[in-house]
Amino acid sequence: MRIAGRKITANRVAIYATVIVITAVMLMPFAWMLSASLKLSRDVFVFPIEWIPSQPQWQNYVDIWTKIPLGLFIYNTSKLTIIVTLLQLLTSSFAAYAFAKLEFPYKNTLFLGYIATIAMPWQVYMVPQFLLMREFGLNNTHLALICLQAFTAFGVFLMRQFYMSIPTELCEAARIDGMNEYQIWARIMLPLSKPALSTLTIFTFVTTWNDFLGPMIYLTKTELKTIQIGLRMFISQYSAEYGLIMAASVVALIPVLIVFLSLQRFFVEGVASSGIKG
Amino acid sequence: MSNSTIAASDAPAIPRRSAKVLSRRRRKIQSALVAYSFIAPNFLGFAVFTLGPILFAFVLAFMHWDGSNAITFAGLDNFWRLFEDKVFIAAFWNTIIYTAVSVPATLACALGLAILLNQKIFGRDFFRTAMFFPYVASLVAVAVVWNMIFNPEMGPVNMILYTLGLDPKDMPGWAADRHWAMVTVILFGVWKSMGYYMVIYLAGLQGINSELYEAADLDGANSWQKFLYVTVPQLAPTTFFVTVMLTIQSFKVFDQIYMITQGGPGTSTLVLVYHIYNEAFISWDLGYSSMIALVLFFLVLAVTVVQFRRQKED
Repeated sequence: MRIAGRKITANRVAIYATVIVITAVMLMPFAWMLSASLKLSRDVFVFPIEWIPSQPQWQNYVDIWTKIPLGLFIYNTSKLTIIVTLLQLLTSSFAAYAFAKLEFPYKNTLFLGYIATIAMPWQVYMVPQFLLMREFGLNNTHLALICLQAFTAFGVFLMRQFYMSIPTELCEAARIDGMNEYQIWARIMLPLSKPALSTLTIFTFVTTWNDFLGPMIYLTKTELKTIQIGLRMFISQYSAEYGLIMAASVVALIPVLIVFLSLQRFFVEGVASSGIKG
Repeated sequence: MSNSTIAASDAPAIPRRSAKVLSRRRRKIQSALVAYSFIAPNFLGFAVFTLGPILFAFVLAFMHWDGSNAITFAGLDNFWRLFEDKVFIAAFWNTIIYTAVSVPATLACALGLAILLNQKIFGRDFFRTAMFFPYVASLVAVAVVWNMIFNPEMGPVNMILYTLGLDPKDMPGWAADRHWAMVTVILFGVWKSMGYYMVIYLAGLQGINSELYEAADLDGANSWQKFLYVTVPQLAPTTFFVTVMLTIQSFKVFDQIYMITQGGPGTSTLVLVYHIYNEAFISWDLGYSSMIALVLFFLVLAVTVVQFRRQKED
């Protein structure tokens, strides 16, 4: 008994040690970023690493707002992200309702259009898409990025899969009670689909907030840039200002961190259940 | 029998019946219109901004166009050019190498993490969240940190290697060294995405019937045997799914390479999407860039077909 107990304890110590070491390695870049953001640029690379700066340079966090229009970049990104996420949620759940619960001609053909493109990398058609947007005069506008990200096959597919799991009898009962289809969608389906909506919200939010290649192709004017390409511009302009670059990076991470932590539970469930988007 | 019914419904002599048919038909049209009104907002956007460009990509691949002058038919010119374009060949193989290394590496790390964090340990949710966080973190922000940490002269990684006694001459040059650049971007990719696939594996692990482990215990299996003969076979569908997803992700890698190595040194980390980007937005050779995009498309299609076949088998 005692030997078994001791063996189990040793085993557990080994497990905890492994988990803690791996977590430390995984989080090390973030810790380094945070630490460097509070240092003078010349102290950033001092070795051995001084994890907690003896004289924290809070000034870095003041200076970044004046060196680049960081506030504007964050505003642009937030605006894009919120509009895209709302449009995505609204139009996908709307379309998904018809695909899951209504009968109409060419239903399968239309749905096949979505399915066929779900694995199609955006990079395959980004060039023709750019040419189309340019034709519409949408180059260097936020509208181009909204059109590009708001109507995805992934959103419709995810919502449809969820609606399929809701019993059709529920809709039929509502129809007998005199509700029309729009009311059924708004009062029955939407409230029931919170888990799927949360999953889609997080995926869309993170993808749009972190999108890099899209804004890089479409937005060349500084005043339109998002935080990602704005940060990239800052890095190329002030490549030796390590402390400032790190402070700006920390600021860029904070919104995602907040959204992630507050919706974390749904996120893990969503990935586990759908696991489609990469 | 059937003739008489047709005749009956055609006959104008029975107005009540035909009114019923008419109203049923009208109701059918009406309900179809309602359905289309649900689909329209999304489908119109999807058709114009996704389906249209996809079809256009296939046409463009057989054209010569610089985006401003007249578009001309190119036949198979762009296709034959692929075989003479040394940069394309390098990009193709780099994409394959990136995929061949990063897919198994990410898979192994994700599975290991999932098994580790599927056990009842204190603070499990915190550890899972920590592993997942790199996946959602903004790429530009973490890529710039990566470049600093792996800076060959001053970065902490090489400093640690130096204190461990590695000769400065043998020090890896990471992103600046053509032999190490690929390693640097692969390490970044594995670090950034393994938490995501860990979550998918966790879901797979939780789906395994615990009776299988109990039966293995009765048979006197040790942990390694249980892993090999229960966990691995039971996770096969998950592993297959994760492999397909990872492979597609790796084929279209771009952002991290643009941020960390810019495809260099030379062409040592130049990948297909990078070449598409350069040919389109730097050289404005839109037809040729679409031809490279078709290569990417067929790579992804091949993987998807394999997945589809496999799903049918199950």
